Amino acid sequence: MAKIEETKIDARIPEGPLAEKWSSYKAHQKLVNPANKRRLDIIVVGTGLAGASAAASLAELGFNVLNFCIQDSPRRAHSIAAQGGINAAKNYQNDGDSVYRLFYDTIKGGDYRAREANVYRLAEVSTSIIDQCVAQGVPFAREYGGLLDNRSFGGAQVSRTFYAKGQTGQQLLLGAYSALSRQVGKGAVKLYSRYEMLDVVVVEGRARGIIARNLVTGKTERFFAHAVVVGSGGYGNAFFLSTNAMGSNCSAAIQMYKKGAYFANPAYAQIHPTCIPVHGENQSKLTLMSESLRNDGRIWVPKKKEDAEAIRAGKKKATDLSEDERDYYLERRYPAFGNLVPRDVASRAAKERCDAGFGVGNTGLAVYLDFSDAINRLGENVVRARYGNLFQMYEKIVDHNPYKTPMMIYPAIHYTMGGVWVDYELQTSIQGLFCIGEANFSDHGANRLGASALMQGLADGYFVLPYTIQNYLADQIRVPRMSTDLPEFEAADKAVADKITKLMSIQGKRSVDSLHRELGLIMWDFVGMGRNKAGLESAIEKIKAVRKEFWSNVFVPGKSEDMNVELEKALRVADFIEIGDLMARDALMREESCGGHFREEYQTPEGEALRNDEEFSFASCWKFTGEGQEPVLIKEPLVYEFVHRQQRNYKA
Amino acid sequence: MEKSINVTLKVWRQAGPKVKGAFETYKLNNVSTDSSFLEMMDQLNEQLISERKEPVVFDHDCREGICGMCSMFINGHPHGPDGEITTCQLHMRMFKDGETITVEPWRSAAFPVIKDLMVDRGAYDKIIQAGGYVNVNTGGVPDANAIPISKIDADEAMDAASCIGCGACAAACKNGSAMLFVAAKVSQLALLPQGRVEGAARAKAMVAKMDELGFGNCTNTGACEAECPKNVSISHIARLNREFICAKLSD
Repeated sequence: MAKIEETKIDARIPEGPLAEKWSSYKAHQKLVNPANKRRLDIIVVGTGLAGASAAASLAELGFNVLNFCIQDSPRRAHSIAAQGGINAAKNYQNDGDSVYRLFYDTIKGGDYRAREANVYRLAEVSTSIIDQCVAQGVPFAREYGGLLDNRSFGGAQVSRTFYAKGQTGQQLLLGAYSALSRQVGKGAVKLYSRYEMLDVVVVEGRARGIIARNLVTGKTERFFAHAVVVGSGGYGNAFFLSTNAMGSNCSAAIQMYKKGAYFANPAYAQIHPTCIPVHGENQSKLTLMSESLRNDGRIWVPKKKEDAEAIRAGKKKATDLSEDERDYYLERRYPAFGNLVPRDVASRAAKERCDAGFGVGNTGLAVYLDFSDAINRLGENVVRARYGNLFQMYEKIVDHNPYKTPMMIYPAIHYTMGGVWVDYELQTSIQGLFCIGEANFSDHGANRLGASALMQGLADGYFVLPYTIQNYLADQIRVPRMSTDLPEFEAADKAVADKITKLMSIQGKRSVDSLHRELGLIMWDFVGMGRNKAGLESAIEKIKAVRKEFWSNVFVPGKSEDMNVELEKALRVADFIEIGDLMARDALMREESCGGHFREEYQTPEGEALRNDEEFSFASCWKFTGEGQEPVLIKEPLVYEFVHRQQRNYKA
Repeated sequence: MEKSINVTLKVWRQAGPKVKGAFETYKLNNVSTDSSFLEMMDQLNEQLISERKEPVVFDHDCREGICGMCSMFINGHPHGPDGEITTCQLHMRMFKDGETITVEPWRSAAFPVIKDLMVDRGAYDKIIQAGGYVNVNTGGVPDANAIPISKIDADEAMDAASCIGCGACAAACKNGSAMLFVAAKVSQLALLPQGRVEGAARAKAMVAKMDELGFGNCTNTGACEAECPKNVSISHIARLNREFICAKLSD
């Protein structure tokens, strides 16, 4: 059992009716005047949608911004890979959308495990995001009349998703990157690319800077700021194989956690239903096929096991099966939402069919995503215009033509809803330390709806943080710039140096990747789509063994004060081991099923997630208690004042 | 169907920007034809690490053709011999059993080598910082549907905006010119009413920065378009030239 600490957590949610909380907050918050803004430094770590939009917006306001990214350019942050779209409650389609409906769909989609006030604010600012992006020159898809086009996405019955071909994340990120570049050109943002944050520096209880490693020279450097903002993305790569970029990592989040920031809901990870299945042992990552494909693609497996077996043996092809030999299992189980059920539901349904022996592909771990109906109905050209780049991507990887034969897909880790705990102001439990975008836990509850990650990243960076951080900084205007020779900086720098020296000195027999793969398999088998008590307990033991093996037998070649990719990876894998352990502990503690967290012991007779609102209506906040010690659990109760909670129903 | 092949790799190794580099030859066996080129490079690196040697350094990140991080000149082509893809999307089924594959970094004056196959493409960021944006602050902008934009223009702007900033165009160009990269941004913004306002100033500022950073001039060989993984058309260079000349004439 997890140790529980009875600390009361204050999320600092403004009083008043739901729809007035944010405007009332803005009306009463403290602001910093222009002359003082110039004297305040803010570090922003990360240049994805959240980081780049925050850095640009803060610099526009007049703050001095230091912006860090591990890639060679801020434009390469992994937000770039988001394909499908971004939600906004514009109701341009006149199909009944509203701020309330987007709020409600998001709360319901998250299986009632998010804060009402945060989610309402997200829905509220969603409309401004679209305006902002259009003003920046983001080329969203348009109708012939010149107005913006929308598509529908999982978990919603309205069309509120704005898109730019299958490259929406790219276009939104390039918009934020252009705004950021403009501020870099003006000298308002100092950009540090190929730098990796390795620790946060806390002085007298407040975040005052970071230690970062210059990845080209290998040297660590110290940076001071009046406040630190981290938008470093999610921790999906703990699974080794995921749809995340190779460099995506959780190290900044783990550093904050170890300095005292709570880590909330680590078990909430999203398994995306439509990814290209694993091909073999040397696979390095999984490729997502946008959820938007489920608008026109129909998901099925063979109705008869014999057919599935024949397909796996290569004796039959998908196109050999007639309509009534196919089981369109999502349409069968969820008539109201059909192929557009939320991601967690679609993923579990695919796993259920494959586990039952109906899977296809040579491994049996795949289902079909079929476009033949859409091609017959709309013509190949329309399908090509909508999804051409995705079809091309699929064909390059798999060597099958999806216009002629159905795609094969299987679920994969894609996004993590859990993250560093933040209050309504996006401030962590350490004063002056803020966390934005996927890295925080704030808005998606136990499951994120499609096209909502882009919305949250940009909401945090453009429209929330630039307000809330001022409420903190208004009290910091008399704080002078501090020297990075302070003992707190010395100590943090030394701890980083010691850790690096230790990793370099092990000189064991295992490559970093081999240990990362070992961790990933444990995560997938026991902390993946279906979890249970015995499996999670064994995962905690197995992760312990991986940790021991890592710290005694890893081999990092090369020198530390040089470009050293293996050392970069080793530092990150050390932290994936920590988050893996936290995920397993959180999943074990949460004796219910909700959203992406599915405990096999807790399901309805139909196999749907069974929540337990009586006992588990809280955000689980984990507090670090020391290396090798068990973390303690603090509960932030989730109070539902405005929405009546029900079992999620996508059937009728 | 999956099978495996053996290959010989001639890989450029260079310890740092100022150090002289050279090709090293490696034999790599049992490479699955379903592997991507970068997975093959991972396999090579695992082999080197097992021999206690330093792995080959190369840039890569998303491995799905969108971040623009991966580079590599493979058998004389940026992003390898297959068309319309980045190196991470290149698969080993494109190569024959027993083939010798030559792997080099981008070779361009404005992209100095950092280590092995990794180069510094910061010059592209500097060009964008010089003017590759619309001068708007966060907030206070009109409603997204306030200005209708013709679908044809929006689609063409999107085609230009699909540039991933990988640098293949400059690496492919015998003059080391960044014209396709610059043109893609100028064209995207010139096609949209939001960017049109500053079209002339933008074209001048970005071209001036490109010249300053040591990129060569465009002689219309079309190598950039042929090697661009995202099929960005050189017709955008024509639009850039028009923007630039009009801007200069009105000076």
